[in-house]
Amino acid sequence: MNFVLIFLITIFSLSLFFYGRSKTKSLSIQNNIKLNALPKFYGYYLVLWCSIPALVFLLVWSLFEPVIIKSIIIETAANQGAIFNDKNEANLIYEKIKAIHLGTFFGDIDSILKESAISYAKFINLFTNSKIVLIFGIIIASVIYSLKKIKNNNKARDDVELILKGLLFASSLIAILTTLGIIFSLLFESIKFFSVINIFDYLFGTNWSPQRAFVSDASAITAAEYEELKDAFGFIPLIAGTSFIAFIAMLVAVPIGLFSGIYMAEYASVKVRRLAKPIIEILAGIPTVVYGFFAALTVGPFFRQVGESLGLTVSSESALAAGLIMGIMIIPYISSLSDDVINSVPQSLRDGSYAIGATKSETIKQVVIPAALPGIIGSVLLAVSRAIGETMIVVMAAGLAANLTINPLESTTTITTQIVMILVGDQEFDSPKTQSAFALGLTLFVATLALNYIAQRAVKKYREKYD
Amino acid sequence: MTKEERLKKRHKAEKRFRFYGLASIFFALLFVLILVNNIFSKGSSAFMKTAINVEVFFDPELIEIQNGATSDEILEADFYDIAIETLLKVYPAKTLDEENALIDLFTTDAEIEIKRVFLEDNTLIGKKINLEITASDDIDQLHKGNYPRDLPEDRRRISNFQLKIYDNLVENKKIIKNFNNYFFSNGDSRDPELAGIGGALVGSFYSIIICLLLAFPVAVLASIYLEEFAPKNKITDFIEININNLAAVPSIVYGLLALQILLATIQLPRSTPLVAGITLALMTLPRIIIPCRASLKAVPPSIREGALAVGASKFQSVFHHVVPLALPGTLSGTIIGLAQALGETAPLILIGMVAFVVDIPSTPIDPSSSLPVQVYLWSESAERGFVEKTSATIMMLLSFLIVMNFVAVYLRQKFEKRWN
Repeated sequence: MNFVLIFLITIFSLSLFFYGRSKTKSLSIQNNIKLNALPKFYGYYLVLWCSIPALVFLLVWSLFEPVIIKSIIIETAANQGAIFNDKNEANLIYEKIKAIHLGTFFGDIDSILKESAISYAKFINLFTNSKIVLIFGIIIASVIYSLKKIKNNNKARDDVELILKGLLFASSLIAILTTLGIIFSLLFESIKFFSVINIFDYLFGTNWSPQRAFVSDASAITAAEYEELKDAFGFIPLIAGTSFIAFIAMLVAVPIGLFSGIYMAEYASVKVRRLAKPIIEILAGIPTVVYGFFAALTVGPFFRQVGESLGLTVSSESALAAGLIMGIMIIPYISSLSDDVINSVPQSLRDGSYAIGATKSETIKQVVIPAALPGIIGSVLLAVSRAIGETMIVVMAAGLAANLTINPLESTTTITTQIVMILVGDQEFDSPKTQSAFALGLTLFVATLALNYIAQRAVKKYREKYD
Repeated sequence: MTKEERLKKRHKAEKRFRFYGLASIFFALLFVLILVNNIFSKGSSAFMKTAINVEVFFDPELIEIQNGATSDEILEADFYDIAIETLLKVYPAKTLDEENALIDLFTTDAEIEIKRVFLEDNTLIGKKINLEITASDDIDQLHKGNYPRDLPEDRRRISNFQLKIYDNLVENKKIIKNFNNYFFSNGDSRDPELAGIGGALVGSFYSIIICLLLAFPVAVLASIYLEEFAPKNKITDFIEININNLAAVPSIVYGLLALQILLATIQLPRSTPLVAGITLALMTLPRIIIPCRASLKAVPPSIREGALAVGASKFQSVFHHVVPLALPGTLSGTIIGLAQALGETAPLILIGMVAFVVDIPSTPIDPSSSLPVQVYLWSESAERGFVEKTSATIMMLLSFLIVMNFVAVYLRQKFEKRWN
């Protein structure tokens, strides 16, 4: 239906282009006046006026229609005597009604559902009809308005440019909308979660096992149940596991990335640089699921074998394997950023150091790196924020159970792993378990945002120093 | 310590330092090599499949249809008896267990493969033909040498009896390798020998196309606004901060966004390329805007001023002169952004693309998988056959990424103007 409407609107507004162009041409010839813009701009003007309001309306309508119909239907079903205790059951009934309407429901249909399906069909019809009528109304109104403007010989080019500028501005607003969308969707569920679980119990709890958290009725939790729940949503093991794996990754990535960055910037010939730099950057382009597969199927078992031959017990999903591979993934982020940073250290600093007889490595260690330090720290912080937000490697290669451990050979879990584990497969809406994933997401979002903010500040300050 | 000794020491330190740098670059290169080698050596065998040559006799007594049956009749007909008879003729089996072991050497789709032959030539009743029937995953892996046969029998998936049949078949040259068309044409399956990436390929294709259609125009328009028209004020600053932050938000957060807004609120269909495309577009948008702005910024102001000087409006100077010059950089930034989106897994898992989908999606609103999600799904499977399938899927994914990156580099080098 929507596609037909979009098609019709497009065709109609495109045909208006030719009408507007020829109309203004003949107008200027008849009345012997000079047009304020080229005739084609009058065509564009009509096209924009005819299509944009109608399409925006259609978009907004389609976003809200299903939600509104759903709430109306659930209410009418309730009035007709359908019984449901919580949102899940209401959703189920709504799905049933929809299936009956589409003729894809097989099973017993009682009279309440049948009545509801009939009213559902009625509402769908009503909404579709009113949508069509309103769209036609909007098109007619905007066409009348724009035709009147054209007849008065408006400055069509200026007007078209104004509308297009508005369009440009609107597209740049999408970034803000996305941020708002992220914040709201995370906050919305997190607030529900924190209304059940005390935020301090979440932040300082030392036990994470959401699979145990089963609540029959989220609105009335007894004190005993809460003790149990509180024990299931402790954040400490997750942040410990996440930082531990990120720490291992940094142990790999920082020295290797930094040294290759230094080598590229200070020692490498143009030829070597041109060859090696893209190859190292391949590491950043490989999808993380590939690293995960490699870590889980090759590196993990390899460490296990090595450990066995040394007489150690190594879990096949060890923090070491995940951290090592994650570190390799991060190398290019550190190497290319520190390469840039070192390159922008002024040559005069180096020359001064050489002049008093320092070797190249002494210059690097004692002059260049201290000068570039804020930028390097910034790049490391950016890499840390990558590491804690990385999902696939840890989902595939780190463990699922939350242990508080600092033994790299054991398995640990991370924030991102737990989000995936909770949300994969069937989810019960409105259970603290599902909501906890959003609380974790919020924590992750805030943490990466803070790290990025600090890192960007550091890099910016550093840049200003030498600009 | 004399002066010479000290100098020697300092020069040694210099060499050491240089060596560390070289060693770390070497380590990174080595890892790329190991990874690629590991994937290719595991995955290349998946492009071939093992088949067993058998003689099929379309016994008129075992089937209800006659020669010249219509395709509807054939599709409804039961080829099970013929299939079983055919498979049992391969080797003499005495007991029921042995018969089952024999049948297990072949794919569960043996009946369908025989039916397919008959669909092509419906005059085969009463005739004998030679047919290559796909072997089961166990035989496939054994034949490719991925499966150790010297384990004790109780730890092997293949029994001694089956090994005997296999050796006999090899001796009679009945076992053949041919191109694994199932890998490209089939959807997912529980049986590794039948599983393919057809569905994932189509799903990925739809998702990326939707992502391109949504992200590219918006990103270009937004970067034109920010680079050319935006006044220096708080709103513009706020938009810029937002874009930079969004580019650094972990991808899984976009999955949560999609789950809450696209699935729960707007109620778009779960597990579909449509939702995947929108999610990926939101995620790629800031990552495309940043290179787009850089390429607009690289166009020197003299171009704009020249256009303005001959009487063009601000709009004309931007759209007739600046944007065409910035287009190659814009396109290559977009392609690199899309390549990242193509390999993205975590948000797609959250929107339910991990569902087990056998059918190949025909529209973007059919449930589907995507290449990286398929990698994740198969890597969790226990069957040995899925290891090579996963590696082969990674090979496909990596080759797409390489092609996309080459196109991006080519566009930039071929069409981008240098200004100094």
